[in-house]
Amino acid sequence: MKAVIVGCGRVGAGLADELDRAGWQVLIIDRLSAAFDRLPSGFGGTALRGDGTDEDTLRRAGAEGADLFLALTEGDNRNIMAAQLGIEALGARQTISKVNDPVRAEAYAHLGIATLCRTNLMMTAVLVHLGQASPARPGIQAPEKPHEHVGGAASGAQVGGVTGGVGGVTGGAGGVTGTRGAGTTMEA
Amino acid sequence: MFVLVVGGGKVGYYLTKELIDSGHEVALMEKDRGRAEQIRDEIGSVVIAQDGCEGKYLHEAGANRADIVAAVTGDDEDNLVICQMAKHHFDVPRTIARVNNPKNEHLFRHLGVDEIISPTRMILGSIEQDIPVHELLHLAALGVGELEIIEAHLQPGSPAIGRIALDLTVPSGCSLFGVIRAGVPTPLHTDTVLAEGDKVIAIGRPDCEEALRAQLIGEFAEA
Repeated sequence: MKAVIVGCGRVGAGLADELDRAGWQVLIIDRLSAAFDRLPSGFGGTALRGDGTDEDTLRRAGAEGADLFLALTEGDNRNIMAAQLGIEALGARQTISKVNDPVRAEAYAHLGIATLCRTNLMMTAVLVHLGQASPARPGIQAPEKPHEHVGGAASGAQVGGVTGGVGGVTGGAGGVTGTRGAGTTMEA
Repeated sequence: MFVLVVGGGKVGYYLTKELIDSGHEVALMEKDRGRAEQIRDEIGSVVIAQDGCEGKYLHEAGANRADIVAAVTGDDEDNLVICQMAKHHFDVPRTIARVNNPKNEHLFRHLGVDEIISPTRMILGSIEQDIPVHELLHLAALGVGELEIIEAHLQPGSPAIGRIALDLTVPSGCSLFGVIRAGVPTPLHTDTVLAEGDKVIAIGRPDCEEALRAQLIGEFAEA
């Protein structure tokens, strides 16, 4: 099983580690190489420095055909765009996108993207802790139907670029590699 | 006509001013309060100092009754989400997005943004027009579908020279439109024979380009 994770924050790094331990093939992408310090030293997946909303970067990294595509950066809109790239251009089978604005989280669940909303999660947690009725909006909203787009033309128009150098496996820089066991770190 | 403009940079600012001057109802959303105040001082209360990516504020700005939403911030992902929210959540009939990275044009179109304006692509197109290359030039993207207006400048060696234009096998989804000869635009007639130096104008989908290139440009080494 292949997982692509965009955003190596606490949640992204934590999930990357969990999935790696569970035997998944994990690719994690972040714009800052320092973010990979959050990964444990035994991480066996691939850490790629690059822009997770850039189709070419994702393709070169081998993000096509993932079983799971998680968009977990700090930006709601970046996550939404990355998730839609994952579904429409890269053929991801399942995606979850972090969208902290509850209105957008609900709107995109309608459009066919599973959304994870920290606002709803935390509100629910606090209200439950206080013994009050929890809000109607769930922390994760499953997509209500397959992802919808109105553009018409078939997806995946860009071809090529799957092969070719990804800048190779690097060491050193910022103490990113070396201690990562079987894992590799790449520059996009 | 009620136009909701999101993004108070240079483009959003001048766009709003022009729209007001032409008598339209306009609201401009700019999340940076300082910038919003600055514009408000000049053009008045149409400025809303809120983030137009956020559903709540889009609603308060009247997105549900907007005829057009124009997303012109400097961030492509924001412009995409503004247009998708406008279209799917607020049923706005027409959405326009500024796209900064030309690579995102395809995705935006695919995801249903009605009109895509790419300053990068436009300037690039303008530069390309001044450079004699053995290539197809993209003159403009049409608002509908993914159609583009393409120009081919027939150079010596082009397989199209000496042939009747309408006899060329153009791929489906593409149509030869006319020819510019010595600066004079002319429609294609049944007896129009193409000559060196002609500029052939075609309208078509991007996936027709390869076939068009083979017909009009021919085999050339990298220009």
